[in-house]
Amino acid sequence: MSGKERPLLINAQDFDGLLSSLKKLGYTTYGPTVRDGAVIYDVVDSANDLPIGIGDVQGPGSYRLRRREDGALFGYVVGPHSWKRFLHPPTVKLYTISSNGKILASVENANQKMAFLGVRPCELQAIRILDKVLLEGEYPDPVYAARRKDVFLLAVNCVEPGENCFCASMGTGPEAKEGFDLCLTELLRPEGHSFLVKVGTEKGKELISSVPHRQANDDEIELASKLLALSRERMKKKIEINGLKDLLYRNLEHPHWDEVAKRCLACGNCTMVCPTCFCTTVSEATDLFLKHAERWRRWDTCFSREFSYIHGGPIRYSISARYRHWLMHKMATWVDQFGTPGCVGCGRCITWCPVGIDITEEVKQIGKRDGEVKVKVE
Amino acid sequence: MISSGQARLVAREEAALKWMSVSRVVKETLDTYTIYLKPKAGERFSFKPGQFNMLYAFGVGEVPISISGDPEDRDNVAHTIRAVGAVTNSLTRLREGGRVGVRGPFGRGWPMEEAMGKDIVIVAGGIGLAPLRPVVYQLISKRQDYGKVFILYGARTPNDLLYKKELKSWKGRMDMDVLVTVDKGDETWKGNVGVVTMLFDYVKLDPDNTYAFVCGPEIMMRFTVINLKNKGLPDDKIFLSMERNMKCGIGICGHCQFGPYFVCKDGPVFRYTQVKNFFGRHEF
Repeated sequence: MSGKERPLLINAQDFDGLLSSLKKLGYTTYGPTVRDGAVIYDVVDSANDLPIGIGDVQGPGSYRLRRREDGALFGYVVGPHSWKRFLHPPTVKLYTISSNGKILASVENANQKMAFLGVRPCELQAIRILDKVLLEGEYPDPVYAARRKDVFLLAVNCVEPGENCFCASMGTGPEAKEGFDLCLTELLRPEGHSFLVKVGTEKGKELISSVPHRQANDDEIELASKLLALSRERMKKKIEINGLKDLLYRNLEHPHWDEVAKRCLACGNCTMVCPTCFCTTVSEATDLFLKHAERWRRWDTCFSREFSYIHGGPIRYSISARYRHWLMHKMATWVDQFGTPGCVGCGRCITWCPVGIDITEEVKQIGKRDGEVKVKVE
Repeated sequence: MISSGQARLVAREEAALKWMSVSRVVKETLDTYTIYLKPKAGERFSFKPGQFNMLYAFGVGEVPISISGDPEDRDNVAHTIRAVGAVTNSLTRLREGGRVGVRGPFGRGWPMEEAMGKDIVIVAGGIGLAPLRPVVYQLISKRQDYGKVFILYGARTPNDLLYKKELKSWKGRMDMDVLVTVDKGDETWKGNVGVVTMLFDYVKLDPDNTYAFVCGPEIMMRFTVINLKNKGLPDDKIFLSMERNMKCGIGICGHCQFGPYFVCKDGPVFRYTQVKNFFGRHEF
């Protein structure tokens, strides 16, 4: 797909048709839905399961849903969930081991087909990043590989940025450029509710041909690009990405690390909601008779003391060092390891931080007193 | 049975958990044991000096332990283990016939090929001698491939010295210099007392022709590096074996991240130039 083809247009009521076509193709369809006062990702059976007419208001340490005046299907941005929970699940059983020596390595269904609906541009980048880490290394993770193999990515551009979004400065949004099967831009006009559709792959082309569609006209294409330009303009938060890696490497010792640590509770929320944080630990579960043991992998956080524990104690016993480790990884060492930052600018870590620590602000503070503590870097 | 519609959770052979049985246990010190493991009948195990295995104690958990045996002995896989936590306590309680789960070998080892024809100085602190013992075995077996060999080894007390018999036999060899020191002697100790770096006073290194292999507590490695640099060794001829928490051993759990590296797959042995901006930095 060249991506140069003229975008298509479908009516909003035909979104349901996309969903049922995906189901007919054998995909389990996951998408946004409202639960416990938040937009989360779960199985959606029809467009009715989507948060229709729902918007969100986010701030550092705050998240509220609101009712919108319109019937927008995607009138909110990202919530606490990300697609990593389906590709890199929070818990996985690795082994079942018996005291008689029998080792049963778990297996993952290699034929599973998942369709992700409403994937935001920043989340497409997050999936690309996870691919790099879990799929393209020396030892690809078989769980991720099996789950990632047949994923249909139905992306949705962000015509309204959230208060904590900074994807524009990270270069990952608000418009998806690649990595999707289909990409929609929601158009709410007096004359009707519709989606401008960009086709990214053959798979996407087949799917769109299963519902009524037509070529988009110039007005519609212009409206979509205007909306996205406006969205970019309205995005309040940003990170200066140029030179950021070197700035952080230069400031391994900086007073601001301790200042953040005074507020940081080391709860690990930021790493749980982060769409790219991939760290896991393994725990052992046994029965009371020690006949049977299971080894479970689960998400872990570098904010815990245990994370860096080696005999004698943790390497990073202060919260200051743990925050530094996390931020350095997201914005500096990740670049050296995997070629891009580990941050996509989704803003989840800001929203779900109970004390509202704001990565964009913290980076700014480090820049303000760049080099205040002299560190010998050879 | 794995059907075609299922994917194994273990993709590569060395990443699969397999059992080995304990063939011999040597008590090294009060809390440190060398456990020799026998691969399953018909299987042999090969590794490179400096690599490690993930060892699993049934019902307890898994820990990374460097391989401390002879790389040419493919039927006895040695690990020298200090009982410091739940898993290592459990592993050191095993006796002949006991079962250990093994994944590995993992990681990058010492630059044995690159250092061919050069002098080698091995500097070890405490249990840091374990990942270096395979180096010594290899140096002895291919002695003509290397120049002078120096072994500088420090432990806390005479009772904390590992491989005592072998140390004696290495000392008896005319083709290498073995110097040992302890932080605190006892009534029988007639050797050096002091930290390992004081042994540098007794050796004459050729800075243009020497590779240094260093393993021990980070503070010991820091001062060793300073001493090596003072002796004129260039940074790129100094190699360190790093230690970090590890859960997977294969670069996907994130625990052993150290600057832009994962210690498990990019290390545990690093060229000093790779890590010098982070090495020794507090809580990094």
